[in-house]
Amino acid sequence: MIEFKDVTKRYMTKTALRDVNLKLDKGKIIGLVGLNGAGKSTTMKLIAGLINPSKGSVELDGEKVTRRIASKVSYLSELDEYYSFYTVQQTIDFFATQFPDFNKEKAEEIRAYMNLDANTKVKHLSKGNRGRLKIILTLSREVPVLLMDEPLSGLDPLVRDSIVKGLITFVDTEKQLVLLSTHQIMEVEMILDEVIAIKDGELVDHRNVEELRYDEQKGILEWMSSIYE
Amino acid sequence: MTDTFQSSQPIYLQLADRLNRQIVSGELKPGDKLPSVRETAVSSKVNPNTVQRTYRELEASGIVESRRGQGTFVTENEDILLSIREKLKQEQIQNFIQVMHDMGYQNEEITKGLQTYLEGDTADD
Repeated sequence: MIEFKDVTKRYMTKTALRDVNLKLDKGKIIGLVGLNGAGKSTTMKLIAGLINPSKGSVELDGEKVTRRIASKVSYLSELDEYYSFYTVQQTIDFFATQFPDFNKEKAEEIRAYMNLDANTKVKHLSKGNRGRLKIILTLSREVPVLLMDEPLSGLDPLVRDSIVKGLITFVDTEKQLVLLSTHQIMEVEMILDEVIAIKDGELVDHRNVEELRYDEQKGILEWMSSIYE
Repeated sequence: MTDTFQSSQPIYLQLADRLNRQIVSGELKPGDKLPSVRETAVSSKVNPNTVQRTYRELEASGIVESRRGQGTFVTENEDILLSIREKLKQEQIQNFIQVMHDMGYQNEEITKGLQTYLEGDTADD
């Protein structure tokens, strides 16, 4: 469904990704791991069409990715970029006007599930609740690809737990592909179908997690330490 | 159902094991409906694809049956239930004996120890 062919991405003199070949299938929850600066966000942004490869191509369903891919991709950025003077409800309503695939009933369902008050202003939300709002906005779009850049980072364990449960409950694992980057391996260990390791801009390994357990009796953490040590 | 799995063993097998035990112990009875894939995924906090695979495996072993549009049910076939019961027993005994042998216990010691333990157990009741 998503295919990287010999993708290299350079920023000025720095090479963020080098000769990456990658195939991702729908119906999977895929983790993207690597140290800071390894190229995780660059990989996400290439799929979202926010940046273009310096060399090679990124395709979604056989079509070259451009900025217009936004109609098929829901992208949760590491940054908070919402209007702080809106309430939670107004933010949801605003998103519904921006994306025709936005399912407002689903947003309401996830908001209730996450126990997030609809009338609180975004600027008054705690960091954890802003994290929850991002999840609501990302999962409410009915698109084939969900990209989540560090959805768990900097959040306390209870919020991380509610986000993981939210993913299990609201992602359509038959039709959607989820690619999420994270440092919180423990939290996502049990929900990933596949895991991809990036190191210094290169793709080092791409594994089916259950096969990894079956073939090598290794969990993701052990597998990672064998790669990064 | 607790949500701790060993990260170094396939989750679908651990989950299948767990369900087999619930069936053998009677926690899940013949003819009972299993929770939906999504419900099990949420309650045990694992990927729905993994639960799907577990259900497929259990179905292949005959211990559960899926009925179109209705869900997955524990089999009412006595022969299958008995054979799973026997299989789990054998597995446990095998594991136990393996550990005892690894620590250097002889069969006579093990048998005697077991007998004493089990008798003590009944005396306590």
